[in-house]
Amino acid sequence: MKLISDSREQTLEIGRRIGNALAPGDIVALIGELGSGKTCLTQGMAKGLGVAENVPVVSPTFTLVNEYPGRVPLVHLDVYRLSGPRDLEDMGYEEYFYGGGVVVIEWAEKIRRILPERTLVIRMAYLDENTRELIIEGPPGTMAELEKRLESGGSNSWR
Amino acid sequence: MLVLGIESSCDETAAAVLQDGRKLLSNVIASQIRIHEKYGGVVPEIASRKHVEVIVPVIREALEKAGVTLDVIDGVAVTRGPGLVGSLLVGLSMAKALALARNIPFVGVNHLEGHVASAFLAEEKPSFPFIALVVSGGHTNIYVVQDFDRMGLVGQTRDDAAGEAFDKAAKLLDIGYPGGVVIDRLAKSGNPGALSFPRSMKDSLEFSFSGVKTALLTYMKKRESPPSAREMPDIVASYQEAIVDVLVEKTLRAAEIHAIPQVAVVGGVAANSRLRARFQEDAGKKGVRVCIPPPVFCTDNAAMIAVVGHHALTRGRKDPFDLNALSRWPLDTL
Repeated sequence: MKLISDSREQTLEIGRRIGNALAPGDIVALIGELGSGKTCLTQGMAKGLGVAENVPVVSPTFTLVNEYPGRVPLVHLDVYRLSGPRDLEDMGYEEYFYGGGVVVIEWAEKIRRILPERTLVIRMAYLDENTRELIIEGPPGTMAELEKRLESGGSNSWR
Repeated sequence: MLVLGIESSCDETAAAVLQDGRKLLSNVIASQIRIHEKYGGVVPEIASRKHVEVIVPVIREALEKAGVTLDVIDGVAVTRGPGLVGSLLVGLSMAKALALARNIPFVGVNHLEGHVASAFLAEEKPSFPFIALVVSGGHTNIYVVQDFDRMGLVGQTRDDAAGEAFDKAAKLLDIGYPGGVVIDRLAKSGNPGALSFPRSMKDSLEFSFSGVKTALLTYMKKRESPPSAREMPDIVASYQEAIVDVLVEKTLRAAEIHAIPQVAVVGGVAANSRLRARFQEDAGKKGVRVCIPPPVFCTDNAAMIAVVGHHALTRGRKDPFDLNALSRWPLDTL
């Protein structure tokens, strides 16, 4: 599935709808360069997962992992600073992957080897100052659910 | 009272000896920056392994430089969190071992409270209450500090930390690591008004640095060719100015809102020379007193941990030997 977002607000809304469609145990891999909107999309997903509005969902680049309670708990990982899957193994990632929350991983290409097959992969690209391209691939069940949730209408013209 | 401070939450392995809460007898810091340079950041597994290698020599050197032995140390203060658990455990286990062996108390200290307390290592020391800006690679927080243990968060970042905005810009511009240090150096010969970058969330004490990062990315993408070595200082000086402007403006606004005419600027980014200069300049105009510790106490160190530890120990606190490291530990939950 390919989407074009025209603004930060649209990226947040797309994220919110993806968050709505996610279930405990789901893993979302975000792939895209600096400034392509990964943290922004995750902030939207947090909304969709029912993370309280007053809790700032911030970049986990420095802390490596941030956890947020919600309808489904959100585990936000950033593996940018890791050298590879070995480092994640040392962090005890299984606890996050199989802990019953939704796991969102920024810079997931660095740990592709240990991503489960059911992972939802979202590739994000910078097109211009406001516009971002999102290419979403994943297991058929999740994709069908997403198709439904992401049907745009009214002011949501991201297709 | 002699307190031995130990810090190992991230990049630095550090130890310090503090006398009576104010006289620093030694302050030793072993940095892993060179090791992490090739990875462009902190690698937890490498971090904890290096901490294990250097912690004993670092403590030994701190004692030697202070001219004391373990026998006369009255208590140990150690960083308990927040940070990388594997790294924290190295310092915490060492503190417990020393306390157990010498039969002296030890206390686990919050790293962020340590940064706030580093203001007391400045020549110009604050008095309670004061406003503290904690600004580093992982944090951009404004606190109203009533006392040790009593710090209320009044502003924080909604996305990236200021230090992260520096690191990511350095990565985008491909000018090296650690980003903050490289940008500080390059910006000195640049014109901060050469380019215009956005200042976000003008009417609030909240911070957002993702916009300025994206603006830099957009600027780079629009260029026909990569910037030359001669252009780079203007680019980084302008980018740095956008971040510094926001940090200074919001901290001074917090001082005004809370009617506390005294601010402390602490954390790794407080070592940035432009930020220091701008704070001195702008606060002076508003009649606000500024306390900024020397750069060596801005980046991670054990002296600041010993300052907090001194206060806890003099109040008779003694932590149990089953104390755990905490990866997350917000200051308002002390």
